[in-house]
Amino acid sequence: MTEMIATRQAYGDTLVELGEKNKDIVVLDADLSKSTTTAKFGKKFPDRFFNMGVAEANMMNTAAGLATCGKIAFVSSFSIFATGRAWEQIRNTICYSGLNVKIVATHSGVSVGPDGASHQCIEDISLMKTIPTMTVVEPCDAVETRKAVLAAVAHKGPIYIRLGRAAVPVITKKEDSFSIGKATVLRSGKDVAIVACGALVANSLTAADMLSKEGIEATVVNMHTIKPIDQEILVKVAKQVNAVVTAEQHVLDGGLGSAVASVLARNYPVPMEMIGIDNRFGQSGEPDILFKEYHLLPEDIVVAAKRAIERKKK
Amino acid sequence: MEERAKVIRRHVIRMLAKAGSGHPGSSLSTVDLLVALFYSKLRHNPQQPAWPDRDRFVMSKGHGCPALYAVLAEMGYFSVDTLDTLRQFGSILQGHPCMKTTPGIEISGGSLGQGLSVGLGIALAAKLDKKDYRTYVMLGDGEIEEGQVWEAAMAASHYKADNLCAIIDQNGLQIDGFIHEIMSSHPIPDKWRGFGWHVIEINGHDYKAISSAYDEAEKIKGRPTVIVAKTIKGKGVSFMENQVDWHGKVPTKEEAERALAELK
Repeated sequence: MTEMIATRQAYGDTLVELGEKNKDIVVLDADLSKSTTTAKFGKKFPDRFFNMGVAEANMMNTAAGLATCGKIAFVSSFSIFATGRAWEQIRNTICYSGLNVKIVATHSGVSVGPDGASHQCIEDISLMKTIPTMTVVEPCDAVETRKAVLAAVAHKGPIYIRLGRAAVPVITKKEDSFSIGKATVLRSGKDVAIVACGALVANSLTAADMLSKEGIEATVVNMHTIKPIDQEILVKVAKQVNAVVTAEQHVLDGGLGSAVASVLARNYPVPMEMIGIDNRFGQSGEPDILFKEYHLLPEDIVVAAKRAIERKKK
Repeated sequence: MEERAKVIRRHVIRMLAKAGSGHPGSSLSTVDLLVALFYSKLRHNPQQPAWPDRDRFVMSKGHGCPALYAVLAEMGYFSVDTLDTLRQFGSILQGHPCMKTTPGIEISGGSLGQGLSVGLGIALAAKLDKKDYRTYVMLGDGEIEEGQVWEAAMAASHYKADNLCAIIDQNGLQIDGFIHEIMSSHPIPDKWRGFGWHVIEINGHDYKAISSAYDEAEKIKGRPTVIVAKTIKGKGVSFMENQVDWHGKVPTKEEAERALAELK
């Protein structure tokens, strides 16, 4: 039975682990610390935890100020508020100044569920990767989340880590290596490559199993770092399979799919299909129903893979 | 101090005329507040801009940076000659403050309303590290129309940031006109009192009052202080004083000569 753990829980636990080892770690939240789980750090290290209330713009720049004094500032909220509301603060103060602010936002994507569209951020990969010098990571499970958070501390400068609300299957192992900017190939197959991030990596693996039953073998790439994207792996894989599908819990414009298309169009164009949300807002519902509605399920990835293969044949 | 201020104002006029763009009015109104702060209050070391225990100054009204650059140059953070390179390609003196290129700049700025939050972060770091350095943030009276300023004001009060001092350069003007015509932020002192700050109101061109205010701010415990300084936009150059037009327009060669003559 696969373990199901929410990536945001791993985040909170890792913050506590970090807090014990590194006295320069500080954490800020905007009245959502129970949901983002930064409250775990807040409980253990109250002096280094700053709840800034419902004021995300101020929170971001307060983090910036702390970072100018040698602190490593983790900032959290729901992704729509962190990356949306405070976008300009991230761009003009944090990134332009190159500061050690680690923005870890939870509740990304439609899996937020019943809260509905206003709280389901499906644009944050685009918002963050568009800023010069920003790094964007979406870990696929709880195990990878811990590694991403630790890597964020070692990373010099600003970074954005995208987490979700719902529990997701643990699909990577503790001993698997993790390096920002280095994608991992989870499965090899000659017919098509599925390049995914976050919760859709698990769905991509399921899709690959489904395809295999029909005699189609898929490569699955965990592209946890959308920026800087692993161009080397992408081109290498594209040359092997000549048909690529991308899968993300994000709008089709400006996220993982766009980043992959940008690399392949300039280096090795192949038929591409994209799984993502097509110019629509989210809505209330349980995650599994929403995944069906927005075509983010393994069966949707299977359909896209077959389409890509058909186009390759033409 | 008055003589030093004239030197700074002359730099500002020359820099802006040479650069061909920039903000004379907003720079000139800050000069006396900056001179008093840097020459008689701020604990800092131009030879060691990153000295960890230094007092910090954040220019939240970033477009006033020519005045700050002039003060930093005179104090030795970089050569006075550098001032001639303002806004040029490759210059360490960017159009709005850039902490990556310029020694003495605590945070990159330009987008209004963000500096007080940064100042709060610095103040919180000081308290966390049990250090006694103070943080000063200068804002404009148009700038305080930005909501984020009030988020920071609320938070600074909540966190009892008595090591934080805001300075409002209240010159009464913004880009499109007088503050009271465009978007009145009045009454300014009452608003800050309402947010729990200690308020000191002064004439922003009176050195005795300015020094007194900085001293008083240091003594206040348990709450941050704001110095609401009434100033004249374009102060020091008669034809620029209190004029809307001199926000983002630089003097011609002839106008610069007239201005410099007044500032002898």
